[in-house]
Amino acid sequence: MLTREELLRHYETMATIRSFDLEAKRAREAGEILGNVHVYVGEEAIATGVCACLERKDYIESTHRGHGHTIAKGADIRAMMAELYGKAAGCCHGKGGSQHIADFSVGMLGANGIVGGGFGLAVGAALAARFQKTGAVSVVFFGDGASNRGTFHEAANMAAAWHLPVIFVCENNRIACSTPHETGGQQAVMDLSKRAAGYDMASYVVNGNDFFAVYDAMQRLVDRARKGEGKACGFLECKTHRPFGHIVGDAQRYRDPALAKARWEADDCIRNFERRCIASGWLEQADFDAVQTRVAQRIAEAKQFAVESPYPDESVLFADLYD
Amino acid sequence: MSLKTYRQATWDAMKEEMLRDPAVYAMAEDIIGNGGSMGHYIGLGEAVGDPSRVMDAPISETAIVASAVGAALAGMRPVIDLRFSNCLPVCMDELVNQAAKSRYMFGGQGKVHMVVRCPDGILKMQGAHHTDCLEAWFAHVPGLQVVIPSSPAEGKGLLKTAIRNDNPVMFFEHKMLFGMEGEVPDEEYTIPIGKARIARAGSDVSIVTYGIMVSRALTAAAELAREGIDAEVIDLRSLTPWDKETVLASVRRTGRAVVAHEAVRKCGFGAELSAVIAEEAFADLKAPVQRIGAPFVPIPMSPHLEDMCRTLPGDVAAAARRTLGR
Repeated sequence: MLTREELLRHYETMATIRSFDLEAKRAREAGEILGNVHVYVGEEAIATGVCACLERKDYIESTHRGHGHTIAKGADIRAMMAELYGKAAGCCHGKGGSQHIADFSVGMLGANGIVGGGFGLAVGAALAARFQKTGAVSVVFFGDGASNRGTFHEAANMAAAWHLPVIFVCENNRIACSTPHETGGQQAVMDLSKRAAGYDMASYVVNGNDFFAVYDAMQRLVDRARKGEGKACGFLECKTHRPFGHIVGDAQRYRDPALAKARWEADDCIRNFERRCIASGWLEQADFDAVQTRVAQRIAEAKQFAVESPYPDESVLFADLYD
Repeated sequence: MSLKTYRQATWDAMKEEMLRDPAVYAMAEDIIGNGGSMGHYIGLGEAVGDPSRVMDAPISETAIVASAVGAALAGMRPVIDLRFSNCLPVCMDELVNQAAKSRYMFGGQGKVHMVVRCPDGILKMQGAHHTDCLEAWFAHVPGLQVVIPSSPAEGKGLLKTAIRNDNPVMFFEHKMLFGMEGEVPDEEYTIPIGKARIARAGSDVSIVTYGIMVSRALTAAAELAREGIDAEVIDLRSLTPWDKETVLASVRRTGRAVVAHEAVRKCGFGAELSAVIAEEAFADLKAPVQRIGAPFVPIPMSPHLEDMCRTLPGDVAAAARRTLGR
């Protein structure tokens, strides 16, 4: 059972991700920032539920849609927002941007512009943890589309063969860029967690729009992984929604955008969390309102910080390339 | 000094670096059963007192490279071995997008200190999937270092530096090197990456090369000496970074240059060398730069066709004579 403080903290994380990405979406649509911006709106319960089970020393590998993972792992949202604007104060000093955001100080080893690029890196981080005897676990987030990359299968096999503490978290939002999961001829299995059986991994399928379902399943997988004995790796499939386009500016010609949004609104993870907490008597509406007010203020501050920060100096073009 | 094979000299380098730094580990396919593709890891785990640091990997080149990147970002110093350079195209994303860019793209938050050992080159009748020299591909990628040793002593010193430095290093080792013998210093030493070596001093023509071609160029130089031609042989040691100053100083002195590699001539690293020499030492050149390498064809298996793709001492000597109008 989570304490009141924990519930409020996890709610604030979800609300922060939502506000951060709605602001990123607005800024991209307004042309205040350019480039590829993939927002995590709708999937907040997954990053939050997963990272709620992790410690600072644990590692996560992210995707092109990485803001939510980064926030949930504990990154500073001011440095993140500055990164979206390409500013020197950004967490990657402006060299990564939205699609390559990272904060190593909290174990977030990077978003990845290559779909399926993070699997093997997560295996390596877990291997390092074993060598270094830190007890850290390594989590890789990926989508339903990325699960079809050979990199998934090589990494899953390697992690399982070596009993490494790697947890594969599949965010199945049922659409790979523009191609639907069920009807797009992407794979024969609809529950992608079935693939875990081929690697002799523990697996769960949960409603990714239910924070508590994600949290409970992840906690079990982390406990196994943390012990570092026997079958350490696991697979968590979270069914979820992607209410907006693949990328900000995506006209979504491939589906009815209004229908996609309506389906999400009926199953929004943040509303689900509020309803569950109120029905159970854990929290009240006033608690949520107070969090939302604080989050709105922090996002506004982060945006102002990002806008007012300077761009990197030309002298740093070659910095951090070689020794 | 002791006479050692390249296989032994680089084994020694691995052992010394693994004993020196607990963050170093080795991973490859068949690294236990066969001791690596050239037998160059036999007994290494036992020699460092911890067999778990020499890891036998599944046949998963992408996961081998990607796991090395992830482990490096988390503080380890992996040395991975891809058996043959023709496995490199299997894991290009991991090398070009992940290993090369992670440090820069994330603003220096992590470093990808790893070494990718790639035995390469024409041995005998192995055919097109086991023989390519692909160093130029990786010299074109910002973020990677490209190191190509030429002898047992060079291999040991350069491998030790590659393991210690903080960059991702592509370490190309010609398969013919592994059985080559040479004098190797008994005392501890390393060789800096980026500083070329004058393998033979000369005054008439500069032969700029690297890797297995250095020994072939030295053979050519001995042949040329009998004809009264005094050739200088420069061992570049590394292509990224490459020692432009040493090359240009030599060419300015001799006024003639031959650039040579076993890789396909077209768009090979020789093109870069040739272009820079032409751009920056044009006024000192007494003849056009001669650029030699393999013909633009996959390496055929049949022995006499295969021989047509080798770049041998005779080819180097002929190119040197051309710069002298002979």
